Amino acid sequence: MSPMIELRNVRKTFNKTIHAVAGVDLEVAEGEVVVIVGPSGSGKSTVLRCINLLEVPTSGDVIVDGRSLMDASTDLDEARAEMGMVFQGFNLFPHLTVLDNITLAQKKVRGRDTAEAERVAHEQLARVGIPEKADSYPRQLSGGQQQRVAIARSLAMNPKIMLFDEPTSALDPEMIKEVLDVIVELAATGMTMVVVTHEMGFARAAADRVVFIDEGLIVETGPPEDVFTNPQSDRTKAFFDKILAY
Amino acid sequence: MAGGPSLQSAGKYRGEDSLLPYTKIRNESEPPWKNQPYWAYIVGLVILAMGIKVFVDVDYELARKNIFPGIWLTIRATIIAFGLALLISLIVGLGQISKNVVAKNLSRAYIEIVRGIPVLPLIFVLALVIIPDISEAAGAPNSVPTDLRAILALAMIYGAYMAEIIRGGVQSIPRGQMEAGRALGLSSRATMRSVIFPQAARAIIPPMANDFIAILKDTSLLSILGVLEITRRARQYSASSFKFPEAFFTMTFVYLTLVIGLSILLSMFERRFNRDRVGER
Ligand SMILES: Nc1ncnc2c1ncn2[C@@H]1O[C@H](COP(=O)(O)OP(=O)(O)O)[C@@H](O)[C@H]1O
Ligand SMILES: [Mg+2]
Repeated sequence: MSPMIELRNVRKTFNKTIHAVAGVDLEVAEGEVVVIVGPSGSGKSTVLRCINLLEVPTSGDVIVDGRSLMDASTDLDEARAEMGMVFQGFNLFPHLTVLDNITLAQKKVRGRDTAEAERVAHEQLARVGIPEKADSYPRQLSGGQQQRVAIARSLAMNPKIMLFDEPTSALDPEMIKEVLDVIVELAATGMTMVVVTHEMGFARAAADRVVFIDEGLIVETGPPEDVFTNPQSDRTKAFFDKILAY
Repeated sequence: MAGGPSLQSAGKYRGEDSLLPYTKIRNESEPPWKNQPYWAYIVGLVILAMGIKVFVDVDYELARKNIFPGIWLTIRATIIAFGLALLISLIVGLGQISKNVVAKNLSRAYIEIVRGIPVLPLIFVLALVIIPDISEAAGAPNSVPTDLRAILALAMIYGAYMAEIIRGGVQSIPRGQMEAGRALGLSSRATMRSVIFPQAARAIIPPMANDFIAILKDTSLLSILGVLEITRRARQYSASSFKFPEAFFTMTFVYLTLVIGLSILLSMFERRFNRDRVGER
């Protein structure tokens, strides 16, 4: 079976000099959960953002669900609707209620009518554990609640893939679990996911595979336990020595 | 509120009912009389005093008769100029942030040129040279009446100033908002309409309101082109009657009243606009 996501020799260079992604090949099978780890500035976000072309690769190819997104004839909006993305900073729409945040793209992209979009929104809010917040505005919610709304907003589009860019890095410690719980549960449903995170416990619990990135390149990849406890490269080892020190 | 007594009632209790000596509670908030908008009362009184003079004094009767007919033209010129300026500013402001190289550079050049020339000379050259040239080139010489040429000039000038407001407002919205919209599959146009503009509006409306008022005041510049608005009429009347104090005092009264009136209208609009968005930051 062909992979759900395929990056072929993807490179992304900023300002002609910063090689954020320096030739990455990555395949993610349908239903697979891949966790990307690596030092700050190593290119994790850029790799993730190349998958839905929020960053257009400088060269290489991005193939999602059998279609090349680098092919100018591919409808990018249509392709993106099949990929949810959750950001470190939530990026909820502050001028809209939680309900409107979740129904906007359903109506404009999926063409659902208001009743149907709201039904789906309430369903997803219940799924992420905050059914009572539909009429709140984002600023009235805690960080953990906002991030769960962001997840519900993506899920309401019924995507085939979910991308997470450090979804818990902006959260206070006591809120990290409530968000990770939602993501772990989602992983168990067979959703194809790529998650950038420093939460090693989460990677152990949910990841099929861990990818270690450094200086824009994939240095090592394998099952979480192997990569964590028996890293093959010195760079991987040095990284885990640092983050697992405490 | 459940639980113990609030701070206020505790203070009251000690002061009024207990045998302990009255303790004055330190109060952070200012006494109400300090927070009155006295400035507004002063402005109101000044307008009232001017109004009494203008409307009651018999020496002002002719001044009123000669100047007041210009009020309607001033108001109309203001509204038309602002409306056109808004249209121009949308096109030029969004042109500036567009990815289209031609649109971007033409917009920028337009703004820089307009901002590089004082308003009065620019009104002259637009109304008396450029617009007539354009209408002639279009095969219809002298087809645009003077009043409209003058108003168009004002609109083109404020269009450039207001374009900067639009650009600034849109660019004040964090990049993540556009990214979130695009990641959901919304087109860039749809994200602009449903996500960026509604948020940018809050940054855009107050300075736009300022420029609305500025346009009202700057319609007085149109007097030098012979547009029979308030200032032109005041000058004509004073020149023919030598009643300079009456003419200029009446003119000043009319402008102040119009400007304060428009300010009140605009702040009501702003309040209404903000009321609909309670939950927002
Ligand atoms: N839009 C951009 N413009 C310029 N440089 C960028 C941009 N985005 C990322 N970079 C640079 O690319 C490198 C990788 O960034 P990123 O993918 O965000 O790393 P990570 O997510 O692993 O911390 C960094 O050096 C960063 O400064
Ligand atoms: Mg990052």
